[in-house]
Amino acid sequence: MTALDTATRAAPGWARLLPGGSYAGRSRMLLLRSATASRRTWPAIVSGFAEPVFYLLAMGSGLGSLVGTLPGPDGRPISYAAWIAPGLLAASAMNGAVFDATFNVFFKLKYNRLYDAMLATPLGPVDIALGEIGWALLRGGLYATGFLSVMAVAGLLTSPWALLALPAALLVAFAFAAIGMAATSFMRSWQDFDLVTLAVLPMFLFATTFYPLGVYPRPLQILVECLPLFHAVELMRGLTTGAVHLGLLGHLAYFLVMAAVGVVVAARRLEALLLR
Amino acid sequence: MGDGLVQARDLRKRFGTFEAVRGIDVDVAQGEVFGFLGPNGAGKSSTMRMIACVSPRTSGSLQVLGMDPDRDGPRIRARLGVVPQLDNLDTELSVRENLEIYGRYFGLPRRHVRAKAAELLEFARLTERAEDRVEPLSGGMKRRLTIARSLVNDPDLLLLDEPTTGLDPQARHLLWERLYQLKREGVTQIITTHYMDEAEQLCDRLVVMDGGVIVAEGSPAELIERWSTREVLELRFAPEDRPAAADLERHAERVEVLPDRALLYTADGERSQAALHAAGLRPLSALVRRSTLEDVFLRLTGRTLVD
Repeated sequence: MTALDTATRAAPGWARLLPGGSYAGRSRMLLLRSATASRRTWPAIVSGFAEPVFYLLAMGSGLGSLVGTLPGPDGRPISYAAWIAPGLLAASAMNGAVFDATFNVFFKLKYNRLYDAMLATPLGPVDIALGEIGWALLRGGLYATGFLSVMAVAGLLTSPWALLALPAALLVAFAFAAIGMAATSFMRSWQDFDLVTLAVLPMFLFATTFYPLGVYPRPLQILVECLPLFHAVELMRGLTTGAVHLGLLGHLAYFLVMAAVGVVVAARRLEALLLR
Repeated sequence: MGDGLVQARDLRKRFGTFEAVRGIDVDVAQGEVFGFLGPNGAGKSSTMRMIACVSPRTSGSLQVLGMDPDRDGPRIRARLGVVPQLDNLDTELSVRENLEIYGRYFGLPRRHVRAKAAELLEFARLTERAEDRVEPLSGGMKRRLTIARSLVNDPDLLLLDEPTTGLDPQARHLLWERLYQLKREGVTQIITTHYMDEAEQLCDRLVVMDGGVIVAEGSPAELIERWSTREVLELRFAPEDRPAAADLERHAERVEVLPDRALLYTADGERSQAALHAAGLRPLSALVRRSTLEDVFLRLTGRTLVD
């Protein structure tokens, strides 16, 4: 009977605000599930780590030898590799999180009916949303840690502020995962995923990952400044080069809002899709 | 409130303009095996989903384990075992992990689920496949694993939606045997099926559903006694000398003429057959059998159950 008592334990206070028991306070069991499953899919995880390192080698060392230096966020010149590395860090946090929260979640939602199975237990849509977004965040965090280590070894971290790039990368991953999962809940077929590529790839290429915002005319600059990856890159570049200013808090706020909107929409949509 | 595990009054479920369940009353008592029998689209699965607390009711009252699904969904689900119509096993996990991780969703401690998983693997006769992935398992094995998974929290009420659809006869009988074992252990079960033999084998009591309403209720024997005769004489005629229905009705209490055969409902099939012969009717084949729930369904709805 003790086992059952545990099973029916009440959710924390704030969750009672949500309708019809949509949160059992047990989203970490989804992390356990993902961790167990990932013991067989580790090559996919390793490849996600390698990708930004390849870009850093090709662009930073290869192209960088032609470019030389660029003015850093505080105006001092830094090597091209040191300039794009924080951009790649931000992009890898985005890519890992978006991939996990879109393709993987869609597969579980439509083909495995995994969430239907979970909802037959005390777990609710909020547990699922938080658990899946949490896993995407852990994965993004793993990539960020790996890439920051590579940056450290390559001498591309020039400030102790760089330590804060890791929690910042976690927040960025969380926000992208939350929005990605929310977007996935609206997708009807695999064709819709072309839209994900259409959103992510141009952001990766054009949101100041590889060159400064100043190359654009002002109207295009405003457009780029709206993109989430731009704010992630600014955040990372400020921290890894030590150009810390209050404006970074604005970028942080952008991701806090994005994460909150993502979680709420994802949980609501899961509820609408699965609890009909 | 009686001591029923499930009590529904005027329960309704609407999807847009389509009303899938149109006001049903259901009572399921402790320890019984209760069946919803009906064709596809009768409203069985919608009813099951409402009882499983994964589909809010449109109107009416519903109590499961003495609680209201709208308010206490997670607390009710903690004590339910659910076998859905389509297997939704976790294909990224092994057979054993499917049981252990599922147990963890209920908040059960690691040591408890480990022991429970070993016990359930035995029950489902899957111990040898414990470390395999789910995908290569046969349909029957997956179904047994799904049933084993539904027992991981020692449920007070087990919900089985079409448990043997798509299985070969051997796999079905093994499953029925497992379900019967659970019944002997006192596990209350609710089963939906469109197989009469399954309902007759497993259910203590059942309701026949059609078009979202309950058209009859009782034990299989009661239903047959009330809505059919003891025996049925099945006749097949060559198309050219098919007799008029009136000629057949003289020799039976009731006649159903189907496209391929005629069914004569009668207390004594042999005697009706002899009387037909004496009257000069010559069917290609004649078969006397006991009435089944299929006959009850035909009587109640004018249609056969499995088309």
